[in-house]
Amino acid sequence: MSVFSAIGEDREIDRDEFTPGIEPQATWCPGCGDFGVLKALKQAMPEVGRTPDETLLVTGIGCSGKLSSYFESYGFHSIHGRSLPVARAAKLANPGLEVIAAGGDGDGYGIGGNHFMHTARENHDMTYIVFNNEIFGLTKGQTSPTSPKGHKSKTQPHGSAKDPVRPMSLSLASGSSYIARTAAVNPNQAKEILIEAIEHDGFAHVDFLTQCPTWNKDAKQYVPYTDVQESDEFDFDVTDRREAAEAMYDAESRLYEGEVLTGRFYVDSDRPSYGAEKRATEEMPEDPLAERYLDEDSEWERSADLLHHHR
Amino acid sequence: MWRIAGGSGDGIDSTSQNFAKALMRAGLDVFTHRHYPSRIRGGHTYVEVRSDADPVRSRGNGFNFLLALGDSFARNPQEGADTVYGNEEIKPLSENLDDLNEGGVIVYDEGLLDEETLERADLDLEARAQENDWHVYSLDLRGLAREHGREVMRNTAGVGATAALLDMDLQHIEDLMEDAMTGDVLQANLDILERAYDSVREEYEVTHDLRVPTGDHDEQQVLMSGSNAVAYGAIDEGCRFIAGYPMTPWTDVFTILSQHLPKFGGIAEQVEDEIAAASLAVGASHAGVKAMSGSSGGGFALMSEPLGLAEMTETPIVLIEAMRAGPSTGMPTKPEQADLEHILYTSQGDSCRVVFAPANVRECYEQTRAAFRLAYEYQLPAIVVIDQKLSGEMRNVDESFFDREPNADPGSVLTEEEIREAAHHESGKFKRYQHDAENGASPRSIPGQKDGRFLASGNEHTPEGHISESPTNRVAQMDRRMSKLDSIREELDDGEGSHQTHYGPEDADYGLLVWGSQQDTVFEAVDQLTDAGESVKALGVSEMLPYPEQEVTDFLESVESCLVVEMNASAQFRGLTQKELGRFGPKLNSLLKYNGEAFEPYEIVEGFERIVSRDAAIPEGTKFVPAAGD
Repeated sequence: MSVFSAIGEDREIDRDEFTPGIEPQATWCPGCGDFGVLKALKQAMPEVGRTPDETLLVTGIGCSGKLSSYFESYGFHSIHGRSLPVARAAKLANPGLEVIAAGGDGDGYGIGGNHFMHTARENHDMTYIVFNNEIFGLTKGQTSPTSPKGHKSKTQPHGSAKDPVRPMSLSLASGSSYIARTAAVNPNQAKEILIEAIEHDGFAHVDFLTQCPTWNKDAKQYVPYTDVQESDEFDFDVTDRREAAEAMYDAESRLYEGEVLTGRFYVDSDRPSYGAEKRATEEMPEDPLAERYLDEDSEWERSADLLHHHR
Repeated sequence: MWRIAGGSGDGIDSTSQNFAKALMRAGLDVFTHRHYPSRIRGGHTYVEVRSDADPVRSRGNGFNFLLALGDSFARNPQEGADTVYGNEEIKPLSENLDDLNEGGVIVYDEGLLDEETLERADLDLEARAQENDWHVYSLDLRGLAREHGREVMRNTAGVGATAALLDMDLQHIEDLMEDAMTGDVLQANLDILERAYDSVREEYEVTHDLRVPTGDHDEQQVLMSGSNAVAYGAIDEGCRFIAGYPMTPWTDVFTILSQHLPKFGGIAEQVEDEIAAASLAVGASHAGVKAMSGSSGGGFALMSEPLGLAEMTETPIVLIEAMRAGPSTGMPTKPEQADLEHILYTSQGDSCRVVFAPANVRECYEQTRAAFRLAYEYQLPAIVVIDQKLSGEMRNVDESFFDREPNADPGSVLTEEEIREAAHHESGKFKRYQHDAENGASPRSIPGQKDGRFLASGNEHTPEGHISESPTNRVAQMDRRMSKLDSIREELDDGEGSHQTHYGPEDADYGLLVWGSQQDTVFEAVDQLTDAGESVKALGVSEMLPYPEQEVTDFLESVESCLVVEMNASAQFRGLTQKELGRFGPKLNSLLKYNGEAFEPYEIVEGFERIVSRDAAIPEGTKFVPAAGD
């Protein structure tokens, strides 16, 4: 029995538990795709059997960062781009927690890109949801890392000369072991993908297309969408790295031609999570480290045990 | 004072450490000082070992025994001294002559530094030796090493020659070799050591008077660096999580803890950059673990963001800042104390942090422990500032000093029972940031505890953590957070003993004010000045924030004039003192040094003369800034 009595508690979980007792007035605009992420996450949690008290949701900055305000759990609204290092350390400190990180495309693929690459590489057992709306929303419509080439905004008045970031390809190359894309307008698929991502034992990256009705009117509402698993056109093995890479490349390119391709793109269930790797080399304790501090019977080593090296 | 000089990669560091240990085992007090370039191979590097039967607390003035191995990794021995890097092979000999005291001893490896090399370097060694009464011995250390083992063992030959010339027993050196090596390597080293010793004894006429003194310790000693002491303080305070990115000189602390923490059930993470490193410490601490990170100036700059996040979310973390000469990449392997203002104020908004600057091995241990205790009790970042000098210098300390009880208490954390009783908001969230918290720190819950849910946010927030821009809430939260510094000041003032150190006669007319790693050198200068009949005392300050207002005020009121000694160009500690105390401008003179070398006691003695007599000359390499109105 954990000293954290919420962890591993076996009981029925109601999706209403993930709605705060007094629901704050959301700062999201009417029609915003962010509502879709919140809803899908609330639906997924009871299905994976985790309660609000054993869940830590770490968010970045931007409209997406407000997710932790509207979702009832332990929350950490961190700083722009830094949700992943905060989140993955919490997972290392207490692997009993269900750790979910979330942020926008600027947060995750721009300012936090280095952390994205390295957290994926380490394959922590956690979920990372990126609200991808191809724009900086909260700061009023500047070009973002996923904005299409030629995108005009106040900060790119002559149109962006840059090709957009390819989120899934980047994720695959970096080492994520679960990669999917879903869209706010596709709530059933979104819920199913979030369930799979949370249950996946490794770093699960979900590129979540969230339409911005205020600052990205040019972009589609991400309809109609195609589920690559259900389409006859696509027949690739999600466990095959090369086939997955090709499918992702295709989906990323075609998004800018108005075609929304969603679904699972890569799943590697064999690769051990970072925690498992560290435990195997005895670089991480078998029992959650955080428990030791709350357990009054813990014994603590002393530096005096090392002094013989110094005599 | 023995200086062993060679190229990086010549094994100077380990050889000198063993030599120091052997002296410590023989009953002497020791102090080491290292000087090295920012490169893997070659370059002029040396370590000084100062030793005496009486306590030694600084590197002292100059040195009196040079073992010049020559740089075996030199890449350009054929080039003249006028090329960019000059003739490197000879540097371990040529670059060390200026600091060698009168009557000193020189031993150099004639196997590497042959007559031709010496001639080309145009050292004029003979004339200089005569002028300074130096005693020069040349030995083929390389030849000896080759004959009985391998060439890299020539530093062992050098140690053997040193022992012979100083009348030092080989037993402790041999014991240490036996601890560190086995088999053929051990045998070869032992052979080389003895052959060098014997051949000096047999073949050379000893013309100098210098001998190793004899001493005796009352109890078991340990040889320890500042970095060791910081790391061990962290271990004893229950720290079991470290995240970092390599950077000189911080790497020492990071390496020591990365080796030990996993064995002690902890976790060490080498991550992508310092933003991540400090953010990981925040994440681990938020999840209930005592965590730390650290860096040197450049990496610490990247930590500004997570440092502010820790202040705003009130997440306890400890950061180490091991300073080196800046700005920018500066001089990576040289000491300086120019990051003080950076450490005190970096990150947007008003700073709310604790900053300690320990002065020596013992203080590194004590103050790292204090940093953890305060960080976790008051839920804020605590920073321990060391520098390249303190991080690497080794001193002997009574082993019993480290015989302490551990304290892994996570500070102001509630149990699940206490959480049930505690105030909750109607939304269901636990009020983790209550306006009226005693001492300023509102007790926290840890994720996974039942009914302890709250939102930690870098945005200004309400008691349960929701983002809020209400002016009333804003002022209440700011005032509460800032009040922690007052509570800490009070706790430190009421506590047993002080982190500040007083030295010299209480009724002295003049004062020396110093912070961090230069303290003990200043204390040695006080001894020298007192012997010369001056009326002077010193105060070494360690608490940078919250500043020990009363203690420094009392000190400054008691003296006519004061010299503030620090290693930077803009007198940062003097500025801090004036800002905190709001007066004493006309009393505070500065002696500054920023050439990459730590102070030597004689420089402080000479600098002091300047506040007594305005005509006194300022030592080369330092800068004097007179008091306001002077």
